[in-house]
Amino acid sequence: MAVELDVFVGNTTIMDEEVYQLWLDGYTVNDAVKVRMEGGVLEECETSADVLLSDTMDQYRTFQMCERLLHSPAKLANQLLFQIPPHRQAILIERYYAFDDAFVREVLGKKLSKGTKKDLDDISAKTTVTLKSCRRQFDNFKRVLKVVEELKGPLVENIRQHFLLSDKLARDYAAIVFFANNRFETGKRKLQYLTFQDFAFCAGQLINNWTVGAVGEPVDHQRSSRVYMDVDLDKEFLQELKELKILITDKDLLDQHKSLVCTALRGKTKAFNEMEANFKNLSRGLVNIAAKLTNTKDVRDFFIDLVEKFIEPCRSDRWTAADMRLYLTHYTNSAHILDTFKHQVVWDRYMGVIKSCIFKMYHD
Amino acid sequence: MPGKLKAKIVAGRHLPVMDRASDLTDAFVEVKFGNTTFKTDVYHKSLNPQWNSEWFKFEVDDEDLQDEPLQITVLDHDTYSANDAIGKVYIDIDPLLCSEAASVISGWFPIYDTIHGIRGEINVLVKVELFNDLNRFRQSSCGVKFFCTTSIPRCYRAAMVHGFVEELVVNEDPEYQWIDRIRTPRASNEARQRLISLMSGELQRKIGLKVLEMGGNAVVGYLQCFDLEGESGLVVRAIGTACTLDKLSSGSAPSTNTHIHPNTAPASNACNSPSKDGKEPVFGEDLPSSSGPPTPFRALPTSSSSPPPFSPSKPCSRQSSSSDTDLSLTPKTGMGSGGSAGKDAGPLKTLLRQQTQTALEQRGASSSGLLLNAREFPFFTLTSFPPGFLVHAGGVVSARSVKLLDRIHNPALGNTRSYKLLDWNSVTADEPETRDAWWEEIRQEIKSHAKALGCHAVVGYSESTSICEEVCILSASGTAAILNPRYMREGCLDIGSTDHRFEEPSPPSCGFCHIPYDELNMPFPAQLTYCYHCRRQKVPDVLFTTIDLPPEAAVTGKGCLIQARLCRLKKKAQGEVNATAISNLLPFMEYELHTQLMNKLKLRSMNALFGLRIQISVGENMLLGLASATGVYLTALPASGGIQIAGKTPGDLSNEHHILTIQKRINDTIAKNKELYQINPPELTEEAVGSPIPEPRQRSRLFRSHSESSDELSELDLSHGKKDAFVLEIDDTDAVEDIHSLLTDTPPPTGFYSCNTEIMPGIYNWTSGVQMFTSVRVFRLSNANLTNQGLNKIFTDLCENLLKSFYFKLRSMIPCCLCHLNVTVAVPEEELIQVAVTAVAMTFDKDQTQEKPAEKVIQKGSGEIEEQLQFPLELCADSSSTSTQQSSKISGTVSLLTPAAKLCHNQLVMVRSAGVPETSNVSSRAASVDYGSFADRCSTWLELLRLKAHTIRRGSVKTSRRTQSLAHSVSSLERGSPLPEGRSRSLRSNRSFGGSSVTVVKMTPLSFLPGTRIIKYLGIINMFFIRETTSLREEGGVSGFLHSFIAEVFAMVRAHVAALGGNAVVSYSMKECVLMENPNKNQAQCLINVSGDAVICVRETDQEPVSSSTNIGQSCSSGTDGGAT
Repeated sequence: MAVELDVFVGNTTIMDEEVYQLWLDGYTVNDAVKVRMEGGVLEECETSADVLLSDTMDQYRTFQMCERLLHSPAKLANQLLFQIPPHRQAILIERYYAFDDAFVREVLGKKLSKGTKKDLDDISAKTTVTLKSCRRQFDNFKRVLKVVEELKGPLVENIRQHFLLSDKLARDYAAIVFFANNRFETGKRKLQYLTFQDFAFCAGQLINNWTVGAVGEPVDHQRSSRVYMDVDLDKEFLQELKELKILITDKDLLDQHKSLVCTALRGKTKAFNEMEANFKNLSRGLVNIAAKLTNTKDVRDFFIDLVEKFIEPCRSDRWTAADMRLYLTHYTNSAHILDTFKHQVVWDRYMGVIKSCIFKMYHD
Repeated sequence: MPGKLKAKIVAGRHLPVMDRASDLTDAFVEVKFGNTTFKTDVYHKSLNPQWNSEWFKFEVDDEDLQDEPLQITVLDHDTYSANDAIGKVYIDIDPLLCSEAASVISGWFPIYDTIHGIRGEINVLVKVELFNDLNRFRQSSCGVKFFCTTSIPRCYRAAMVHGFVEELVVNEDPEYQWIDRIRTPRASNEARQRLISLMSGELQRKIGLKVLEMGGNAVVGYLQCFDLEGESGLVVRAIGTACTLDKLSSGSAPSTNTHIHPNTAPASNACNSPSKDGKEPVFGEDLPSSSGPPTPFRALPTSSSSPPPFSPSKPCSRQSSSSDTDLSLTPKTGMGSGGSAGKDAGPLKTLLRQQTQTALEQRGASSSGLLLNAREFPFFTLTSFPPGFLVHAGGVVSARSVKLLDRIHNPALGNTRSYKLLDWNSVTADEPETRDAWWEEIRQEIKSHAKALGCHAVVGYSESTSICEEVCILSASGTAAILNPRYMREGCLDIGSTDHRFEEPSPPSCGFCHIPYDELNMPFPAQLTYCYHCRRQKVPDVLFTTIDLPPEAAVTGKGCLIQARLCRLKKKAQGEVNATAISNLLPFMEYELHTQLMNKLKLRSMNALFGLRIQISVGENMLLGLASATGVYLTALPASGGIQIAGKTPGDLSNEHHILTIQKRINDTIAKNKELYQINPPELTEEAVGSPIPEPRQRSRLFRSHSESSDELSELDLSHGKKDAFVLEIDDTDAVEDIHSLLTDTPPPTGFYSCNTEIMPGIYNWTSGVQMFTSVRVFRLSNANLTNQGLNKIFTDLCENLLKSFYFKLRSMIPCCLCHLNVTVAVPEEELIQVAVTAVAMTFDKDQTQEKPAEKVIQKGSGEIEEQLQFPLELCADSSSTSTQQSSKISGTVSLLTPAAKLCHNQLVMVRSAGVPETSNVSSRAASVDYGSFADRCSTWLELLRLKAHTIRRGSVKTSRRTQSLAHSVSSLERGSPLPEGRSRSLRSNRSFGGSSVTVVKMTPLSFLPGTRIIKYLGIINMFFIRETTSLREEGGVSGFLHSFIAEVFAMVRAHVAALGGNAVVSYSMKECVLMENPNKNQAQCLINVSGDAVICVRETDQEPVSSSTNIGQSCSSGTDGGAT
């Protein structure tokens, strides 16, 4: 004796958020039932395990049928098959595109290719995110990347419009897409202490300041030569960064810069001595990073360079976050006072991002 | 050329990829109507084509407009090979043919393919230009409105109710044609869908013609069904109630709200009940006296024996006693025929012949004068009525008949098939006539039962079939009733000239309960008491009906869903033997179902059932019986006396202990239920007063004493002392099982209520949450030698678990009520049980549940005596009909409550007990009867019995006085003690939902949506879909397959409604859900038929007059507010 068929279809599609989450998390029906039972729903609703199983299967089926639509969320709003109130649609989409920070941290900056997909079971084992859920998240990244790659205009806005995501989630996806596109290295051991949100913040800074789109709507004559997109870094800007090298190659300029910074810092921090001692090293580090960014390889190493060349030395000198803030502020501003330094605009555009990235990244 | 149909194909979206190479599609569209086809251009390489075609114009007869659907086919153009079909849309243009319905169809329709399901959407515009055609002999019936709703649709008033209309059309099933062997499944499915669409159109048109001939303009309670008879063909049949409806203009509507406020109404006793039908305007307008010209209803033969309305006598009582002398167009049928229903087959045969001949003659005649139809059958498919329409309800009448679908293979005859049924008559009948004759028989049966109950009409009437291989069970049931003839007449409503037909007017809150038959000459033994509400008329102890609870009825506490479930094994057999076996089983099943219902009713301390629907489904090796109803405590009826357990062998101590335990459990359950359903009837003190207590009558004479069944019944008639307890006797383990199963029904969890009627008695303050759902479960029995008991348990658990899972799924809606819980069972294959449910969950405001809308209960003259005379339910059967035993045909009709069945079933004995008023728990002596010998006799009797009939009768007393029309604007639904409350209350909180956006289409099986009012009916939705798959596993197995199919059906219904400009479907129902699967071949096929009324509804505004907001139903009467688009 067995239930051969068991379906329940509501005119308004019934979806239980808890079950949806279990489904998204890749639980099998039976595991989901177990989780629900542990949650005490049986006692609460005076019901039986059979009922719970039937309900769970039903919901899973509904979600599977909806999944196709969730792949292009705009369709969800004008499809006719499921009658789902708009606020529920929003929840469905938002949850479907939500991801585990642990998972995304693993694939961040990797090429979203079949090769990576094959590694998902390792990632699944490492992060304890189920393989099913890993696949969904990975496919989401790929899907978003594929759509926005070919679109002009602001990245975040494109994602928001095409996938109907909240602003926050759209920004996160922008970061993921941006990282995947530029293949930033994030997996090195030295970078392990950084969370996805740290990277997402940095990505936001880069997107907003270093891409072509960041300069604003390009003028007509530029359109032919430069594609208005903010998935890629602004090549011209990267070229210009080379000019900053003067700050470390010109000895006078370097000394002048150092004295200006030290004057400003003196007496304001306990770490002053270390700052003074390390100034040249630190400055060389930052300017070298800037100068090398024309190489794709060095772009990939951007974050690792930041950590190695700047954050680690400071940390070993026990700078506080306030020290860091103080130092970088004066370091940036002092450059403006240098008479012979002519690249103020590029310097600001560069240091603005570097400053915020380092502030974000300078923690344990 | 009386019509021009115009269609324009605008665009498509979400089309499937048809060209793998480009991942795109080159789509074009064919638009076909009748034999004319137009094509759009090919829109290359797009999944969202913009055709923006010209207007395609079809010049056609209006007859075709009614029959044919507009067929739109989307194809993928292929230069080198045949074009691939993407899918189709069938658009029923009937709603455009009626000026009051939709004027244009415009919107996105899902493109449906029977193999792939929905594949994208297409935007279409359709218009119709009709030219007036006054041709008398026309075959079309454009303009007749159809409603699935089984009450007068809101925003209309019934100027006249003409009566019963029916029709059926027959065709060969394309699935069984030879060509099916060589065509693709898709082509076969499409041929079938198209054919059924055509047949439905034709059927509707023919019914429309009948309505026009009767002088009506609408069909209400339109019920259309398909019988897939397999090899022998496809029958589409429909019944309905012809009416003349007047649209309430928005101007007139508000005026209808000017009822006298309940508080200001004089003699507030009778009637302040909100009419949930919203049609009170009709009756609020007083119309001239009753001396109009005779109307169809009055011309009813059955009522011909009743005195004219002005007669001061008590016609109904007389009528029942004199029913033998009733004039009838079909005098040989009806109860009178029961007289000869002996064992002698000869007379039976003759009788049947006469009967059938009569029927045929009438049918013949009816082609020239369709009015006869209404005369033949005073049936009404309505389940709720304008106030005052229903005078008394007598009880449920039902009839069943087992038929063999036997087709003569005669190549020479081609399409025409003859059935042997009529061979003896040497009539070469073609199929529809045969089917007509079958239904005719059953209807006659029903009519005669009604007459036996002293009633001249049947309300809440419905018909159904269950087919397994070549055996077909036809069933019909309804509620015998006395209706107020005034409502049948044109311009009928006169409160002014009071009808003195009855000495005392009965208040509407209890009038319908009063017995319609003569208490001195009752058709069957029953226990009567004076009405607990008005104290003036007699009421039975229990009342069963198929209608909805009248909104003005006085009710104590809340109602609840009561189900009786039963499985009976049957030997596999063929043909006649099989049919005989089934017809032998039927009476036992009916009896047992009835017993279960009665026990469960008592267990809940209730005394009436509404919306009773008994379904018997036939399978190869078993029969399934399911009875669903909503139990209620009617204030007017006596309280239930509880259930008493009796052991068969007194003296056995251990046994006695056991019995005590069970008794205790039962008493506990009853107490718990009383609390749960808030049944706390007022304590009636024994005031000695007023009306005399009639001597309890021992009725040994049954209505048809000369019929065999009644003879037996009278032997059966256990005249024990008067007890008010219902006695269950335990004599073996089976009985114990039965009692256990009685107690295993788990009540719904806190916050949930359920019922199968439109609304839940006792809940008034609906809020806007509505969730309609369909659920299907199929259970596979693992064969292992199952017993009836085991099967019953499985079946019961299946139903119970289904309910439980609804409660669980809908828990977020608490407090809520599952309304109109419509459960259908089927045995699709051996060892499979299928249960399909469609219902709606509606939220209500818990805080207000305690407040009645407004009530005033009549303070019954204290001078009236209270008496409780309780008679037990008595069953009576009349074998009013005959057995047909011709050639290969077997037909048997069984109706509810055969005494024969009772006899044979000896675990549960119903003991008659009369109530001793002061003590409700007087222990009663159960007198048990030894039925053993009886059973033997019965079975022989049963074998011979081919057409059996019986009836549950319940009493009621007449009400003559029409409630003041104003009265029902306030509800008299009362809960708790019937004390006057003196204020009227708004039923519903004004917080209503704002759900009518363009895209959202609400669906409900009810005739209304809470918190809204219907401003326009756009036409009937009647759709038939087939879905087939050859990749069952890939679609998620049979559950996945059906799940998506049901979702697709919903989507298509919503799309059609939206295209008509509507935002809701009311009276939605799934008539058919036939699933065939073959997992080994990875295949499955499913057929679904759904129907409903497309409507525009708008939010009820807050500033509406109180009277209209007092009830949900009354929506249409208030002013206009913008809203839905």
